[in-house]
Amino acid sequence: MKDIYRGSLVRLANDSPEIMAKAFVKWDRDTEQHRLADSDPAMLFSEKKIKDFIEKRAGKNPQAFPFSIRTLADDKLIGGVSLWVNSWTHADTWVGISIGEREYWGKGYGTDAMRLIVQYGFIELNLRRVSLGLHAYNERALKSYEKVGFKMEGRMRGEGLRDGVRFDSLWMGILREEWLAQQEAK
Amino acid sequence: MKDIFKGNLVRLSAMDSEEVGKAFSSLGRDSELMRLMDTGPTRLHSAKATTKFLEKIIEDDSPANHFFSIRALDDNRLLGDINIDVINNWGSRDSFVGIGIYKREDWGKGYGTEAMKLILQFGFIELNLRRITLTVFEYNPRAIRSYEKCGFQVEGRMRGRIIKDNKRWDVLLMGILRDEWKELNQ
Amino acid sequence: MLDIQTQLFEATDIRFGPIDHETHPEIESKWTHDAEFMRLLDLKPARPLSPAMVKKQYEAVEKEVEEDKNLFYFTIRAREDDRLIGKAILEWIDWTNGNGFLRLGIGAVEDRRKGYGSQALSLLLRYAFNELNLYRVTAVVPAYNEGAMRLFQKFGFMEEIRRRQALNRDGQIWDLVSFGLLNTEWREQNNGRG
Repeated sequence: MKDIYRGSLVRLANDSPEIMAKAFVKWDRDTEQHRLADSDPAMLFSEKKIKDFIEKRAGKNPQAFPFSIRTLADDKLIGGVSLWVNSWTHADTWVGISIGEREYWGKGYGTDAMRLIVQYGFIELNLRRVSLGLHAYNERALKSYEKVGFKMEGRMRGEGLRDGVRFDSLWMGILREEWLAQQEAK
Repeated sequence: MKDIFKGNLVRLSAMDSEEVGKAFSSLGRDSELMRLMDTGPTRLHSAKATTKFLEKIIEDDSPANHFFSIRALDDNRLLGDINIDVINNWGSRDSFVGIGIYKREDWGKGYGTEAMKLILQFGFIELNLRRITLTVFEYNPRAIRSYEKCGFQVEGRMRGRIIKDNKRWDVLLMGILRDEWKELNQ
Repeated sequence: MLDIQTQLFEATDIRFGPIDHETHPEIESKWTHDAEFMRLLDLKPARPLSPAMVKKQYEAVEKEVEEDKNLFYFTIRAREDDRLIGKAILEWIDWTNGNGFLRLGIGAVEDRRKGYGSQALSLLLRYAFNELNLYRVTAVVPAYNEGAMRLFQKFGFMEEIRRRQALNRDGQIWDLVSFGLLNTEWREQNNGRG
Protein backbone atom coordinates (compact mmCIF):
# COMPACT_ATOMS: atom_id res chain seq x y z
CA MET A 1 0.00 0.00 0.00
CA LYS A 2 1.72 3.18 -1.14
CA ASP A 3 1.62 6.57 0.59
CA ILE A 4 -1.06 8.25 -1.47
CA TYR A 5 -0.55 11.65 0.14
CA ARG A 6 2.99 12.07 -1.15
CA GLY A 7 3.83 13.23 -4.65
CA SER A 8 7.14 14.28 -6.15
CA LEU A 9 6.97 18.00 -5.29
CA VAL A 10 4.14 18.26 -2.79
CA ARG A 11 2.19 16.34 -0.23
CA LEU A 12 -1.50 16.55 0.66
CA ALA A 13 -1.97 17.66 4.24
CA ASN A 14 -4.64 18.72 6.67
CA ASP A 15 -4.09 22.00 8.43
CA SER A 16 -6.13 23.52 11.22
CA PRO A 17 -8.82 26.06 10.35
CA GLU A 18 -6.66 28.73 12.09
CA ILE A 19 -3.67 28.12 9.86
CA MET A 20 -5.78 27.91 6.70
CA ALA A 21 -7.74 31.05 7.56
CA LYS A 22 -4.49 33.02 8.05
CA ALA A 23 -3.20 31.74 4.72
CA PHE A 24 -6.43 32.63 2.89
CA VAL A 25 -6.39 36.18 4.26
CA LYS A 26 -2.92 36.57 2.74
CA TRP A 27 -3.85 34.94 -0.58
CA ASP A 28 -7.13 36.86 -0.94
CA ARG A 29 -5.11 40.06 -1.38
CA ASP A 30 -3.82 38.71 -4.67
CA THR A 31 -6.79 39.33 -6.94
CA GLU A 32 -5.04 37.80 -9.94
CA GLN A 33 -5.00 34.54 -8.00
CA HIS A 34 -8.65 34.96 -7.11
CA ARG A 35 -9.66 35.67 -10.68
CA LEU A 36 -7.87 32.54 -11.86
CA ALA A 37 -9.44 30.30 -9.24
CA ASP A 38 -12.92 31.68 -8.61
CA SER A 39 -16.05 32.98 -10.32
CA ASP A 40 -17.52 35.03 -7.51
CA PRO A 41 -16.51 38.64 -6.90
CA ALA A 42 -13.15 39.09 -5.17
CA MET A 43 -13.75 39.86 -1.50
CA LEU A 44 -11.66 40.47 1.62
CA PHE A 45 -13.00 38.27 4.39
CA SER A 46 -11.82 38.53 7.98
CA GLU A 47 -9.70 35.72 9.39
CA LYS A 48 -12.51 34.96 11.82
CA LYS A 49 -15.11 34.69 9.08
CA ILE A 50 -12.93 32.35 7.04
CA LYS A 51 -12.16 30.20 10.08
CA ASP A 52 -15.88 29.93 10.91
CA PHE A 53 -16.65 29.01 7.34
CA ILE A 54 -14.00 26.26 7.27
CA GLU A 55 -15.15 24.84 10.59
CA LYS A 56 -18.81 24.89 9.62
CA ARG A 57 -18.11 23.20 6.33
CA ALA A 58 -15.90 20.53 7.87
CA GLY A 59 -18.51 19.34 10.32
CA LYS A 60 -21.48 19.63 8.08
CA ASN A 61 -20.56 18.11 4.82
CA PRO A 62 -19.45 14.50 4.69
CA GLN A 63 -19.14 14.81 0.94
CA ALA A 64 -16.29 17.36 0.97
CA PHE A 65 -12.65 16.17 1.16
CA PRO A 66 -10.46 19.26 1.59
CA PHE A 67 -6.65 19.13 1.73
CA SER A 68 -3.92 21.69 2.09
CA ILE A 69 -0.88 21.53 -0.21
CA ARG A 70 2.61 21.61 1.30
CA THR A 71 5.95 21.46 -0.52
CA LEU A 72 8.08 18.41 0.13
CA ALA A 73 11.31 20.46 0.06
CA ASP A 74 10.56 22.83 2.96
CA ASP A 75 7.01 21.97 4.07
CA LYS A 76 5.68 25.33 2.92
CA LEU A 77 1.90 25.75 2.75
CA ILE A 78 1.22 26.88 -0.81
CA GLY A 79 -2.46 26.24 -1.49
CA GLY A 80 -5.47 23.96 -1.16
CA VAL A 81 -7.22 21.27 -3.16
CA SER A 82 -10.58 19.61 -2.50
CA LEU A 83 -12.95 17.02 -3.77
CA TRP A 84 -16.70 17.63 -3.49
CA VAL A 85 -18.43 14.35 -4.15
CA ASN A 86 -21.38 15.33 -6.30
CA SER A 87 -23.15 12.06 -5.81
CA TRP A 88 -22.08 8.82 -4.24
CA THR A 89 -24.67 6.85 -6.17
CA HIS A 90 -23.31 8.14 -9.46
CA ALA A 91 -19.75 8.10 -8.08
CA ASP A 92 -18.80 11.42 -9.64
CA THR A 93 -16.85 14.20 -7.90
CA TRP A 94 -15.86 17.85 -8.48
CA VAL A 95 -12.29 18.90 -7.84
CA GLY A 96 -11.05 22.42 -7.17
CA ILE A 97 -7.50 23.65 -6.66
CA SER A 98 -5.82 26.95 -5.92
CA ILE A 99 -2.16 27.75 -5.45
CA GLY A 100 -2.05 30.85 -3.27
CA GLU A 101 1.72 31.43 -3.38
CA ARG A 102 2.44 32.83 -6.83
CA GLU A 103 6.16 31.89 -6.84
CA TYR A 104 4.91 28.33 -7.17
CA TRP A 105 2.84 28.90 -10.31
CA GLY A 106 3.93 27.24 -13.54
CA LYS A 107 6.48 24.96 -11.84
CA GLY A 108 4.54 21.72 -11.64
CA TYR A 109 3.36 22.01 -8.04
CA GLY A 110 -0.31 22.34 -8.95
CA THR A 111 -0.08 19.48 -11.44
CA ASP A 112 1.50 17.27 -8.80
CA ALA A 113 -1.23 18.10 -6.28
CA MET A 114 -3.94 17.48 -8.88
CA ARG A 115 -2.42 14.06 -9.68
CA LEU A 116 -2.53 13.17 -5.99
CA ILE A 117 -6.13 14.22 -5.48
CA VAL A 118 -7.31 12.42 -8.62
CA GLN A 119 -5.55 9.28 -7.41
CA TYR A 120 -7.27 9.69 -4.05
CA GLY A 121 -10.65 9.93 -5.72
CA PHE A 122 -10.12 6.80 -7.79
CA ILE A 123 -8.32 4.44 -5.45
CA GLU A 124 -9.45 5.58 -2.04
CA LEU A 125 -13.00 6.77 -2.69
CA ASN A 126 -13.55 4.31 -5.56
CA LEU A 127 -15.25 6.92 -7.72
CA ARG A 128 -15.92 6.54 -11.44
CA ARG A 129 -15.07 10.04 -12.67
CA VAL A 130 -13.67 13.41 -11.64
CA SER A 131 -15.00 16.67 -13.09
CA LEU A 132 -13.78 20.24 -13.08
CA GLY A 133 -14.44 23.67 -14.56
CA LEU A 134 -12.05 26.52 -15.36
CA HIS A 135 -12.14 29.94 -16.92
CA ALA A 136 -11.24 29.86 -20.61
CA TYR A 137 -8.51 32.46 -20.00
CA ASN A 138 -6.69 30.24 -17.48
CA GLU A 139 -4.26 28.68 -19.97
CA ARG A 140 -1.82 27.53 -17.34
CA ALA A 141 -4.54 25.47 -15.61
CA LEU A 142 -5.76 24.02 -18.90
CA LYS A 143 -2.27 22.73 -19.74
CA SER A 144 -1.88 21.33 -16.24
CA TYR A 145 -5.19 19.48 -16.28
CA GLU A 146 -4.49 18.04 -19.74
CA LYS A 147 -1.18 16.72 -18.40
CA VAL A 148 -3.04 14.96 -15.61
CA GLY A 149 -5.34 13.33 -18.15
CA PHE A 150 -8.54 15.40 -18.09
CA LYS A 151 -10.42 15.55 -21.38
CA MET A 152 -12.39 18.52 -22.69
CA GLU A 153 -16.13 17.99 -22.37
CA GLY A 154 -17.62 21.37 -23.13
CA ARG A 155 -17.70 25.13 -23.02
CA MET A 156 -20.30 27.32 -21.31
CA ARG A 157 -20.62 30.43 -23.41
CA GLY A 158 -20.26 33.75 -21.63
CA GLU A 159 -20.33 32.31 -18.15
CA GLY A 160 -18.22 35.15 -16.77
CA LEU A 161 -17.97 38.91 -17.05
CA ARG A 162 -14.92 40.80 -15.81
CA ASP A 163 -13.55 44.18 -16.73
CA GLY A 164 -16.43 44.51 -19.14
CA VAL A 165 -15.30 41.44 -21.07
CA ARG A 166 -17.40 38.27 -21.48
CA PHE A 167 -15.50 34.99 -21.25
CA ASP A 168 -16.39 31.31 -21.42
CA SER A 169 -15.84 28.54 -18.91
CA LEU A 170 -14.39 25.18 -19.95
CA TRP A 171 -15.43 21.87 -18.49
CA MET A 172 -13.30 18.75 -18.29
CA GLY A 173 -13.59 15.23 -16.97
CA ILE A 174 -11.50 12.12 -16.43
CA LEU A 175 -12.92 8.61 -16.27
CA ARG A 176 -11.68 5.85 -14.07
CA GLU A 177 -10.83 3.58 -17.04
CA GLU A 178 -8.83 6.36 -18.70
CA TRP A 179 -6.91 6.99 -15.50
CA LEU A 180 -6.22 3.29 -14.91
CA ALA A 181 -4.98 2.91 -18.49
CA GLN A 182 -2.64 5.86 -17.91
CA GLN A 183 -1.26 4.21 -14.77
CA GLU A 184 -0.73 0.95 -16.67
CA ALA A 185 1.21 2.79 -19.35
CA LYS A 186 3.51 4.15 -16.66
CA MET B 1 -37.21 4.26 -16.00
CA LYS B 2 -39.21 1.75 -14.06
CA ASP B 3 -41.28 2.51 -11.01
CA ILE B 4 -39.08 0.76 -8.49
CA PHE B 5 -41.37 1.39 -5.55
CA LYS B 6 -44.13 -0.97 -6.69
CA GLY B 7 -44.24 -4.75 -6.60
CA ASN B 8 -47.15 -7.13 -7.20
CA LEU B 9 -48.37 -7.42 -3.61
CA VAL B 10 -46.84 -4.44 -1.87
CA ARG B 11 -45.47 -0.99 -2.50
CA LEU B 12 -42.85 1.08 -0.67
CA SER B 13 -43.99 4.46 0.60
CA ALA B 14 -42.78 7.32 2.77
CA MET B 15 -42.86 6.78 6.51
CA ASP B 16 -45.35 8.83 8.46
CA SER B 17 -43.80 8.97 11.92
CA GLU B 18 -47.11 9.47 13.72
CA GLU B 19 -48.80 6.60 11.96
CA VAL B 20 -45.90 4.24 12.61
CA GLY B 21 -45.55 5.43 16.19
CA LYS B 22 -49.17 4.54 16.85
CA ALA B 23 -48.84 1.16 15.12
CA PHE B 24 -45.70 0.32 17.05
CA SER B 25 -47.03 1.03 20.47
CA SER B 26 -49.79 -1.52 20.04
CA LEU B 27 -47.41 -3.95 18.35
CA GLY B 28 -44.98 -3.73 21.21
CA ARG B 29 -47.44 -5.83 23.15
CA ASP B 30 -46.78 -8.69 20.76
CA SER B 31 -43.56 -9.83 22.36
CA GLU B 32 -42.92 -12.49 19.73
CA LEU B 33 -42.62 -9.74 17.11
CA MET B 34 -40.30 -7.76 19.31
CA ARG B 35 -38.07 -10.73 20.02
CA LEU B 36 -37.78 -11.42 16.30
CA MET B 37 -36.79 -7.87 15.49
CA ASP B 38 -34.61 -6.63 18.27
CA THR B 39 -31.49 -7.81 20.06
CA GLY B 40 -32.19 -5.78 23.19
CA PRO B 41 -34.73 -6.72 25.84
CA THR B 42 -38.27 -6.09 24.63
CA ARG B 43 -39.87 -3.01 26.08
CA LEU B 44 -43.16 -1.20 25.83
CA HIS B 45 -42.62 2.17 24.11
CA SER B 46 -45.28 4.85 24.00
CA ALA B 47 -46.55 6.02 20.61
CA LYS B 48 -45.08 9.45 21.34
CA ALA B 49 -41.58 8.14 22.05
CA THR B 50 -41.54 6.04 18.89
CA THR B 51 -42.84 8.96 16.83
CA LYS B 52 -40.12 11.26 18.21
CA PHE B 53 -37.45 8.67 17.47
CA LEU B 54 -38.62 8.28 13.88
CA GLU B 55 -39.01 12.02 13.37
CA LYS B 56 -35.37 12.53 14.28
CA ILE B 57 -34.28 9.95 11.69
CA ILE B 58 -36.49 11.55 9.05
CA GLU B 59 -35.12 15.03 9.91
CA ASP B 60 -31.55 13.86 9.48
CA ASP B 61 -32.41 13.13 5.87
CA SER B 62 -29.04 11.53 5.29
CA PRO B 63 -28.44 10.28 1.73
CA ALA B 64 -26.98 7.15 3.28
CA ASN B 65 -30.16 6.09 5.08
CA HIS B 66 -33.36 5.12 3.29
CA PHE B 67 -36.42 3.88 5.13
CA PHE B 68 -39.84 3.06 3.78
CA SER B 69 -43.22 1.94 4.99
CA ILE B 70 -44.52 -1.25 3.35
CA ARG B 71 -48.13 -1.03 2.20
CA ALA B 72 -50.48 -3.60 0.67
CA LEU B 73 -51.19 -2.75 -2.96
CA ASP B 74 -54.87 -3.67 -2.80
CA ASP B 75 -56.06 -1.68 0.21
CA ASN B 76 -53.01 0.50 1.06
CA ARG B 77 -52.87 -1.03 4.53
CA LEU B 78 -49.68 -0.40 6.53
CA LEU B 79 -47.92 -3.78 6.74
CA GLY B 80 -44.50 -2.96 8.15
CA ASP B 81 -41.29 -1.13 7.37
CA ILE B 82 -37.97 -1.71 5.68
CA ASN B 83 -34.75 0.27 5.64
CA ILE B 84 -31.35 0.22 3.96
CA ASP B 85 -28.29 1.98 5.38
CA VAL B 86 -25.11 2.50 3.41
CA ILE B 87 -22.14 1.53 5.55
CA ASN B 88 -19.02 3.52 6.13
CA ASN B 89 -19.40 6.55 3.95
CA TRP B 90 -20.00 4.67 0.68
CA GLY B 91 -16.39 3.56 0.28
CA SER B 92 -17.05 -0.13 -0.09
CA ARG B 93 -20.60 0.24 -1.40
CA ASP B 94 -21.99 -2.14 1.18
CA SER B 95 -25.16 -1.70 3.20
CA PHE B 96 -27.32 -3.16 5.92
CA VAL B 97 -31.03 -3.90 5.46
CA GLY B 98 -33.63 -4.42 8.13
CA ILE B 99 -37.28 -5.38 7.74
CA GLY B 100 -40.29 -5.95 9.96
CA ILE B 101 -43.84 -7.05 9.14
CA TYR B 102 -45.95 -5.85 12.02
CA LYS B 103 -48.94 -8.17 12.48
CA ARG B 104 -48.74 -11.94 12.80
CA GLU B 105 -51.79 -12.28 10.52
CA ASP B 106 -49.55 -10.82 7.79
CA TRP B 107 -46.66 -13.20 8.34
CA GLY B 108 -45.99 -16.03 5.89
CA LYS B 109 -47.94 -14.38 3.04
CA GLY B 110 -45.03 -13.24 0.90
CA TYR B 111 -45.24 -9.58 1.84
CA GLY B 112 -41.83 -9.53 3.48
CA THR B 113 -40.15 -11.43 0.65
CA GLU B 114 -41.54 -9.05 -1.94
CA ALA B 115 -40.59 -5.95 0.05
CA MET B 116 -37.07 -7.35 0.43
CA LYS B 117 -36.90 -7.94 -3.36
CA LEU B 118 -37.92 -4.31 -3.94
CA ILE B 119 -35.26 -3.04 -1.56
CA LEU B 120 -32.58 -5.20 -3.23
CA GLN B 121 -33.55 -3.67 -6.56
CA PHE B 122 -33.40 -0.20 -4.99
CA GLY B 123 -30.00 -0.89 -3.47
CA PHE B 124 -28.47 -2.30 -6.65
CA ILE B 125 -29.92 -0.07 -9.37
CA GLU B 126 -30.75 3.18 -7.59
CA LEU B 127 -27.99 3.35 -5.00
CA ASN B 128 -25.56 1.37 -7.17
CA LEU B 129 -24.27 -0.69 -4.25
CA ARG B 130 -22.00 -3.71 -4.63
CA ARG B 131 -23.34 -5.80 -1.78
CA ILE B 132 -26.14 -5.92 0.74
CA THR B 133 -25.85 -7.45 4.21
CA LEU B 134 -28.25 -8.41 6.94
CA THR B 135 -28.32 -10.14 10.30
CA VAL B 136 -31.02 -12.57 11.41
CA PHE B 137 -31.58 -14.58 14.56
CA GLU B 138 -31.27 -18.32 14.26
CA TYR B 139 -34.66 -18.70 15.95
CA ASN B 140 -36.34 -16.92 13.02
CA PRO B 141 -36.48 -19.69 10.39
CA ARG B 142 -39.31 -17.98 8.45
CA ALA B 143 -37.11 -14.94 7.84
CA ILE B 144 -34.07 -17.03 6.95
CA ARG B 145 -36.11 -18.88 4.31
CA SER B 146 -37.46 -15.61 2.93
CA TYR B 147 -33.99 -14.11 2.61
CA GLU B 148 -32.66 -17.23 0.90
CA LYS B 149 -35.50 -16.93 -1.61
CA CYS B 150 -34.28 -13.41 -2.36
CA GLY B 151 -30.77 -14.67 -3.01
CA PHE B 152 -29.00 -14.06 0.28
CA GLN B 153 -26.36 -16.57 1.37
CA VAL B 154 -25.23 -17.27 4.92
CA GLU B 155 -21.75 -15.84 5.30
CA GLY B 156 -21.16 -16.20 8.99
CA ARG B 157 -22.50 -16.91 12.39
CA MET B 158 -22.03 -14.97 15.60
CA ARG B 159 -22.18 -17.82 18.02
CA GLY B 160 -24.24 -17.41 21.19
CA ARG B 161 -24.74 -13.71 20.54
CA ILE B 162 -28.21 -13.55 22.14
CA ILE B 163 -29.60 -14.92 25.34
CA LYS B 164 -33.33 -15.49 25.51
CA ASP B 165 -35.28 -17.83 27.73
CA ASN B 166 -32.04 -18.68 29.45
CA LYS B 167 -30.54 -20.16 26.31
CA ARG B 168 -27.85 -18.88 23.92
CA TRP B 169 -28.74 -18.31 20.28
CA ASP B 170 -26.65 -17.51 17.21
CA VAL B 171 -27.05 -14.48 14.97
CA LEU B 172 -26.51 -15.26 11.29
CA LEU B 173 -24.84 -12.88 8.90
CA MET B 174 -26.14 -13.09 5.34
CA GLY B 175 -25.08 -11.26 2.20
CA ILE B 176 -25.81 -10.90 -1.48
CA LEU B 177 -23.49 -9.53 -4.17
CA ARG B 178 -24.50 -7.35 -7.09
CA ASP B 179 -23.40 -9.86 -9.71
CA GLU B 180 -25.31 -12.67 -8.02
CA TRP B 181 -28.42 -10.50 -7.89
CA LYS B 182 -28.08 -9.53 -11.54
CA GLU B 183 -27.87 -13.16 -12.55
CA LEU B 184 -30.92 -14.10 -10.49
CA ASN B 185 -32.90 -11.28 -12.08
CA GLN B 186 -31.83 -11.85 -15.67
CA MET C 1 -41.28 51.31 -25.09
CA LEU C 2 -41.86 48.80 -22.34
CA ASP C 3 -44.75 46.39 -22.78
CA ILE C 4 -45.83 46.25 -19.16
CA GLN C 5 -49.22 44.86 -20.09
CA THR C 6 -47.83 41.39 -20.89
CA GLN C 7 -48.81 39.04 -18.10
CA LEU C 8 -45.59 37.37 -16.91
CA PHE C 9 -47.32 34.54 -15.09
CA GLU C 10 -50.09 33.58 -17.53
CA ALA C 11 -49.95 31.19 -20.49
CA THR C 12 -52.73 29.59 -22.55
CA ASP C 13 -53.53 26.52 -20.43
CA ILE C 14 -51.29 27.03 -17.44
CA ARG C 15 -50.19 29.76 -15.10
CA PHE C 16 -47.47 30.19 -12.50
CA GLY C 17 -48.58 30.42 -8.88
CA PRO C 18 -47.17 30.43 -5.34
CA ILE C 19 -46.92 27.37 -3.11
CA ASP C 20 -50.18 26.45 -1.39
CA HIS C 21 -49.08 24.95 1.92
CA GLU C 22 -52.52 23.50 2.60
CA THR C 23 -53.25 21.55 -0.55
CA HIS C 24 -49.95 21.02 -2.37
CA PRO C 25 -48.06 18.78 0.07
CA GLU C 26 -50.45 15.91 -0.47
CA ILE C 27 -50.35 16.19 -4.26
CA GLU C 28 -46.58 16.42 -4.40
CA SER C 29 -46.28 13.54 -1.93
CA LYS C 30 -48.09 11.38 -4.48
CA TRP C 31 -45.70 12.38 -7.23
CA THR C 32 -42.72 11.42 -5.09
CA HIS C 33 -44.14 7.91 -4.79
CA ASP C 34 -43.97 7.59 -8.57
CA ALA C 35 -40.38 6.46 -8.93
CA GLU C 36 -40.47 6.87 -12.71
CA PHE C 37 -41.26 10.59 -12.34
CA MET C 38 -38.65 11.10 -9.63
CA ARG C 39 -35.94 9.35 -11.62
CA LEU C 40 -36.64 11.54 -14.65
CA LEU C 41 -36.75 14.76 -12.65
CA ASP C 42 -33.93 14.32 -10.18
CA LEU C 43 -30.45 12.84 -10.12
CA LYS C 44 -30.55 11.91 -6.44
CA PRO C 45 -31.84 8.46 -5.51
CA ALA C 46 -35.65 8.41 -5.61
CA ARG C 47 -37.19 8.84 -2.18
CA PRO C 48 -40.91 8.85 -1.42
CA LEU C 49 -41.96 11.74 0.83
CA SER C 50 -44.91 12.01 3.18
CA PRO C 51 -47.03 15.20 2.97
CA ALA C 52 -45.36 16.32 6.22
CA MET C 53 -41.92 15.94 4.64
CA VAL C 54 -43.03 17.86 1.54
CA LYS C 55 -44.35 20.63 3.77
CA LYS C 56 -40.94 20.88 5.44
CA GLN C 57 -39.29 21.11 2.04
CA TYR C 58 -41.61 23.94 1.02
CA GLU C 59 -40.65 25.81 4.18
CA ALA C 60 -36.96 25.33 3.39
CA VAL C 61 -37.55 26.60 -0.17
CA GLU C 62 -39.28 29.76 1.01
CA LYS C 63 -36.52 30.35 3.55
CA GLU C 64 -33.88 30.01 0.85
CA VAL C 65 -35.82 32.29 -1.53
CA GLU C 66 -35.86 34.97 1.12
CA GLU C 67 -32.34 34.59 2.53
CA ASP C 68 -30.15 33.64 -0.41
CA LYS C 69 -32.01 35.71 -2.99
CA ASN C 70 -30.83 33.51 -5.83
CA LEU C 71 -33.77 31.13 -6.11
CA PHE C 72 -37.12 31.64 -7.85
CA TYR C 73 -39.68 28.89 -7.32
CA PHE C 74 -43.00 28.72 -9.17
CA THR C 75 -45.78 26.15 -8.99
CA ILE C 76 -47.42 25.37 -12.31
CA ARG C 77 -51.23 25.39 -12.16
CA ALA C 78 -53.89 24.42 -14.67
CA ARG C 79 -55.72 27.61 -15.62
CA GLU C 80 -59.18 26.04 -15.63
CA ASP C 81 -59.25 24.75 -12.05
CA ASP C 82 -55.98 26.01 -10.58
CA ARG C 83 -54.86 22.52 -9.67
CA LEU C 84 -51.16 21.86 -9.14
CA ILE C 85 -49.56 20.18 -12.13
CA GLY C 86 -45.85 20.88 -11.77
CA LYS C 87 -43.02 23.16 -10.77
CA ALA C 88 -40.70 25.62 -12.55
CA ILE C 89 -37.48 26.80 -10.95
CA LEU C 90 -34.66 29.26 -11.58
CA GLU C 91 -31.80 28.60 -9.18
CA TRP C 92 -28.11 29.19 -8.37
CA ILE C 93 -28.45 32.66 -9.86
CA ASP C 94 -25.01 34.22 -10.14
CA TRP C 95 -25.91 37.91 -10.25
CA THR C 96 -22.40 39.20 -10.91
CA ASN C 97 -22.11 37.22 -14.10
CA GLY C 98 -25.80 37.13 -15.01
CA ASN C 99 -26.25 33.33 -15.05
CA GLY C 100 -28.91 30.97 -13.79
CA PHE C 101 -29.90 27.32 -13.88
CA LEU C 102 -33.45 26.26 -14.68
CA ARG C 103 -35.48 23.12 -14.30
CA LEU C 104 -39.11 22.15 -14.55
CA GLY C 105 -41.27 19.09 -14.22
CA ILE C 106 -44.88 18.12 -14.81
CA GLY C 107 -45.93 15.83 -11.96
CA ALA C 108 -48.82 13.59 -12.96
CA VAL C 109 -48.64 11.25 -15.95
CA GLU C 110 -52.06 12.43 -17.18
CA ASP C 111 -50.76 15.98 -17.49
CA ARG C 112 -47.76 15.18 -19.64
CA ARG C 113 -47.61 15.32 -23.45
CA LYS C 114 -50.10 18.19 -23.46
CA GLY C 115 -47.73 21.03 -24.20
CA TYR C 116 -47.75 22.29 -20.63
CA GLY C 117 -43.99 21.92 -20.35
CA SER C 118 -43.44 24.13 -23.39
CA GLN C 119 -45.80 26.79 -22.04
CA ALA C 120 -44.07 26.72 -18.66
CA LEU C 121 -40.62 26.95 -20.23
CA SER C 122 -41.73 29.98 -22.29
CA LEU C 123 -42.89 31.78 -19.14
CA LEU C 124 -39.73 30.84 -17.28
CA LEU C 125 -37.43 32.08 -20.05
CA ARG C 126 -39.26 35.37 -20.39
CA TYR C 127 -38.96 35.84 -16.63
CA ALA C 128 -35.26 34.99 -16.64
CA PHE C 129 -34.39 37.30 -19.53
CA ASN C 130 -36.85 40.18 -19.20
CA GLU C 131 -37.40 40.36 -15.46
CA LEU C 132 -34.13 39.03 -13.98
CA ASN C 133 -32.06 40.33 -16.89
CA LEU C 134 -29.87 37.28 -17.01
CA TYR C 135 -27.20 36.98 -19.69
CA ARG C 136 -27.72 33.23 -20.07
CA VAL C 137 -29.52 30.23 -18.60
CA THR C 138 -28.38 26.63 -18.26
CA ALA C 139 -30.40 23.40 -18.10
CA VAL C 140 -28.78 20.17 -16.95
CA VAL C 141 -30.44 17.04 -18.35
CA PRO C 142 -29.64 13.34 -17.94
CA ALA C 143 -29.27 11.74 -21.38
CA TYR C 144 -31.99 9.19 -20.53
CA ASN C 145 -34.62 11.94 -20.25
CA GLU C 146 -35.44 12.12 -23.95
CA GLY C 147 -38.52 14.32 -23.41
CA ALA C 148 -36.46 17.01 -21.72
CA MET C 149 -33.66 16.77 -24.30
CA ARG C 150 -36.21 17.35 -27.09
CA LEU C 151 -37.88 20.23 -25.24
CA PHE C 152 -34.67 22.20 -24.80
CA GLN C 153 -33.56 21.55 -28.36
CA LYS C 154 -36.95 22.81 -29.56
CA PHE C 155 -36.39 26.05 -27.68
CA GLY C 156 -33.06 26.63 -29.36
CA PHE C 157 -30.79 25.69 -26.48
CA MET C 158 -27.29 24.64 -27.52
CA GLU C 159 -25.71 21.49 -26.13
CA GLU C 160 -22.62 22.90 -24.43
CA ILE C 161 -21.23 20.21 -22.16
CA ARG C 162 -21.45 16.46 -22.21
CA ARG C 163 -20.17 14.96 -18.98
CA ARG C 164 -19.33 11.48 -20.16
CA GLN C 165 -20.67 8.51 -18.19
CA ALA C 166 -21.54 10.80 -15.31
CA LEU C 167 -24.66 8.91 -14.29
CA ASN C 168 -25.16 5.35 -13.10
CA ARG C 169 -28.80 4.45 -13.06
CA ASP C 170 -31.00 1.44 -13.70
CA GLY C 171 -27.94 -0.70 -14.27
CA GLN C 172 -26.67 1.55 -17.09
CA ILE C 173 -24.20 4.36 -17.53
CA TRP C 174 -25.42 7.65 -19.04
CA ASP C 175 -24.01 11.04 -19.98
CA LEU C 176 -25.12 14.23 -18.24
CA VAL C 177 -25.80 16.98 -20.75
CA SER C 178 -25.70 20.71 -20.12
CA PHE C 179 -27.68 23.04 -22.43
CA GLY C 180 -27.31 26.81 -22.64
CA LEU C 181 -29.37 29.67 -24.07
CA LEU C 182 -28.21 33.27 -24.27
CA ASN C 183 -30.40 36.30 -23.73
CA THR C 184 -29.51 37.57 -27.21
CA GLU C 185 -30.44 34.24 -28.83
CA TRP C 186 -33.77 34.13 -27.03
CA ARG C 187 -34.54 37.71 -27.97
CA GLU C 188 -33.74 37.01 -31.61
CA GLN C 189 -36.01 33.96 -31.61
CA ASN C 190 -38.84 36.13 -30.36
CA ASN C 191 -38.07 38.81 -32.94
CA GLY C 192 -36.89 41.31 -30.40
CA ARG C 193 -40.30 41.31 -28.77
CA GLY C 194 -39.37 39.03 -25.89
